Amino acid sequence: MLGKIKKFFMNFIGGPKQNFRLGLYGPPNSGKTTLANKICLDWIGEEMGKVSPISHETREIGIKENVIIKGKNGKELTFNLVDTPGIATKIDYEDFMKTGMSAAQAKKRAREATKGVIESIKWLDEVDTVMVVLDGTQDPYSQVNVTIIGNLQARNIPVLIVANKADLRKCKVKKVQSAFPQYEVLGISAKYGKNIDKLYEKLFELARQ
Amino acid sequence: MVTIQFVPYTEIEGLSGLGKIRKLLNIVKMNKIVLLQGRLKKEEEAELIKTTMEEIDKKFKGIELAVINPSQTAKDGLQKFKYSMLNTFFGDTQGLTVIGPSNIVKSIKKDPNKIELLTKEARKR
Repeated sequence: MLGKIKKFFMNFIGGPKQNFRLGLYGPPNSGKTTLANKICLDWIGEEMGKVSPISHETREIGIKENVIIKGKNGKELTFNLVDTPGIATKIDYEDFMKTGMSAAQAKKRAREATKGVIESIKWLDEVDTVMVVLDGTQDPYSQVNVTIIGNLQARNIPVLIVANKADLRKCKVKKVQSAFPQYEVLGISAKYGKNIDKLYEKLFELARQ
Repeated sequence: MVTIQFVPYTEIEGLSGLGKIRKLLNIVKMNKIVLLQGRLKKEEEAELIKTTMEEIDKKFKGIELAVINPSQTAKDGLQKFKYSMLNTFFGDTQGLTVIGPSNIVKSIKKDPNKIELLTKEARKR
């Protein structure tokens, strides 16, 4: 109730909310931690987490508090950035073994990855605003994407969808947009910083919702 | 051989969210593909993924999941109106949900009007 009253007044005043939890959600290997690192490097000067081409590199919730970004008009936006493990419906340790890991390492990674997915789902109730990071080169109609976005919608959490890996020719931002016509989709490359300034401006808009 | 089990909505209608998930996962863990009439609520879908993760072990590696919701494929305003009315009266009985064990179902592609189910041979134990 208090949240709704606060939201009403914030909308009335017209300023973006501050000190909110901005979650990064998406399937594994979509570039959530790469984007978190880019944001943190740009505004704090340090990275947030390790990235890897092997899926489920992020297996625990990562939080970077008091990230302050500045808009073109000089206004500031303060938030706590929450990087979540990728959400998946299946985890097979044998897939990790194909990357050269030992059976023990692969089993450990799989065990931690399942816990990470559970934590990500639990955290849906803890975040205030979310950027859904999708791999623009992959099929956007995957049920994991639909379930994540549907759950955020059901919780009335403001969402920005980013189609990451826009530096690659295979990235189809329009296809992602047609899969989720009710949301604005921004094509970015977290790795090379393409459209990252637009993303920061969008964050101000998102914080007003 | 792949076994597909049809589950009419009436079979899960009276169950709690967790009860629905338990029933569906029990079928999937018997290496059967579930064809559920209708769909779960979004929160139940997330809970299904969470419960699946809790139960992953040596034998059970997870699920493949796809939902077809006719209201999302409506082409014009009239169709959208029709399906929103149907949703009001019939709720989650609209659409179709496919859940398969990931050791049998390699992937499910949704396009979004058709579902392609790519299967693989069940592993010998």
